[in-house]
Amino acid sequence: MSLDLLVAILMTIAGAATPLLIAGLGELVVEKSGVLNLGVEGMMLIGAVTGFAVATSTGLPVLGALAAMGAAALAAAIFAVLVLTLMANQVATGLALTIFGTGVSALIGAPFVGITTPTLGPIFPDFLTSSPLLRLVFGHSPLVYLGLLLTLAVWWFLNRARAGLILRAVGESDSAAHAIGYPVLKVRYLAVLFGGAMAGLAGSYYSLVLTPMWAERLTAGRGWIAIALVVFASWRPGRMLAGAYLFGLVMTMELQAKAAGFNMVAPEVLAALPYIATIAVLAIISAARRGGTAAPACLGKPFRAAA
Amino acid sequence: MFETNRRRLLAGAAALGATSFVGLPARAAIGEKKDKVKAAFVYVGPVGDYGYSFAHDQGRKFLEEKLGDKVETSFVENVAEGPDAERVIRQLAQGGNDIVFTTSFGFMNPTLKVAKQFPDVAFDHATGYKTAGNMGAYNSRFYQGRAVLGTIAGMMSKAGQGGYIASFPIPEVVMGINAFTLAARAKNPDFVTKVVWVNSWYDPAKEADAAKALLSQGVDVISQHTDSPAPLQAAEEAGVIAFGQAWDMSSFAPKAHMTAIVDHWGPYYVDEVEKMLAGEWKPRDIWWGMEEDILEMAPFNDAMPEDVKKAAQEMVDRTKAGAYDVFTGPIKNQAGEEKVADGEKIPDADLLKMDWYVEGVQS
Repeated sequence: MSLDLLVAILMTIAGAATPLLIAGLGELVVEKSGVLNLGVEGMMLIGAVTGFAVATSTGLPVLGALAAMGAAALAAAIFAVLVLTLMANQVATGLALTIFGTGVSALIGAPFVGITTPTLGPIFPDFLTSSPLLRLVFGHSPLVYLGLLLTLAVWWFLNRARAGLILRAVGESDSAAHAIGYPVLKVRYLAVLFGGAMAGLAGSYYSLVLTPMWAERLTAGRGWIAIALVVFASWRPGRMLAGAYLFGLVMTMELQAKAAGFNMVAPEVLAALPYIATIAVLAIISAARRGGTAAPACLGKPFRAAA
Repeated sequence: MFETNRRRLLAGAAALGATSFVGLPARAAIGEKKDKVKAAFVYVGPVGDYGYSFAHDQGRKFLEEKLGDKVETSFVENVAEGPDAERVIRQLAQGGNDIVFTTSFGFMNPTLKVAKQFPDVAFDHATGYKTAGNMGAYNSRFYQGRAVLGTIAGMMSKAGQGGYIASFPIPEVVMGINAFTLAARAKNPDFVTKVVWVNSWYDPAKEADAAKALLSQGVDVISQHTDSPAPLQAAEEAGVIAFGQAWDMSSFAPKAHMTAIVDHWGPYYVDEVEKMLAGEWKPRDIWWGMEEDILEMAPFNDAMPEDVKKAAQEMVDRTKAGAYDVFTGPIKNQAGEEKVADGEKIPDADLLKMDWYVEGVQS
């Protein structure tokens, strides 16, 4: 295998993993605060279309990515009001958010079908990407680096920062956290908004980096994989990074194997690999914990402050 | 026209289900003259895919434009192939439509099942092979366009290797891969087609990654039988040539886009509905192509060398005149054995069941 090929494959893996990582980290923080938001796919689509619309209108893809975060956070805010203030069922509301996001993104995106946009491409000067190895380090979209930095930031926040510890307390025992004076709903609102912004950013990765265009259902179900990855990662940012890149690896190798004419295994088996891997890891984690789960204790439960 | 989606249909399902037992909405029988025809379309992808479903929807709009207030159309998009499709098709039949067009291969069995339950409704299914007393089949000879793409690929590829992003291994797709490869090898006998299956009609991110995988394997032509422009964009970025699918996609890749196979379903839809209005509709099993003008090539890219343009145009002209068929022997299979003798043509019935690859396909 030539170095060029290897680098090309590794870069594709990073590209496939990044949106899963960013959306997954957002959802991880949301779930750590005790809220289950199944609307990731919908928020990603809203982010994708907003990012594309703003980038094509202004010519500034960075502005597009920021707008994507804002728009998806707005959608997350609707979700937050429904499930936190009005205490609607989180699973049903999350699903509704995905349906809403699919529809509203198609509506907003209708005038943008069939055109292309400036992309959030590599940021480093050309001489830094002249050789394959340099390209592997410097040749990515800024969002790839941002994904790695975010992993570190979320890990630090959840394990070292006071605010992060409060967020975890809220997710593990909302009534105890409330009793000692922490603002449970405020913490959860902020977590949901953060999750929305991350989903939006991940969505904009599709419309501004990977496939610089808008088409309905552009993200094709990646939001669901991000949600599955949170469980896969047992709610830990480091494992989220590993899980997202593992998923990227399996998704890429499936296609590489076919392109290389490797046909000892049926293509359907290769296509199923990522999902088989998920189930295997879930089973292993569960067995290692003797059937226990790492889920935050208050995940998905509505909170009403006791009088 | 009213736009509808699956969820709204679901919401109305209970109500519609109830009325169907009480009595169906008034509807003239198939053989009677009508003042107005209600036609419904079922799409596998979003109309905004700018590809296959988009092209069918352009056909629907063409129909409305041509027949004006004699026709009322509606469509349901994003319908998954399989059991879900059956429910959607049944709702449309119950909803008072005179004719239902189901536009993807995987809708064949669901359409047949519903057609048996609604003998007063006409059904037309695209790209399949089953028909019934009230269900016709229609298809386009996409492979004629694939052969033009293959000619261009064979002449322009320096590596002698083309990448082919394929959806599902059904005869329709296998036929396209073979036509592309045969035409390319007619120009370059060493040409190899590398096929990557993405197991989806529409998944832009996966299609883009498949294109990148093929590019890293050294191909310098990308062809696709999936519906999004993502592979074209990957080709544009890599500086190689590619082709649009179902519609002119040059806006996504002005440099890479050499031409595209454009599906032009409109004339067929008009023909069917006009027959319906006249009370003369009968299930047909048609397989039209360039001769009947339901298949066209998008304008050739200016960057295409003159001799390639000439060869491609010549192939279009000869196909239109009925003087050329890419599936004419001698044709060898992947193992190098002769499958079709010199001068012999593969009959349509065999094409529609095609499950083997010609020499030069790497799959």
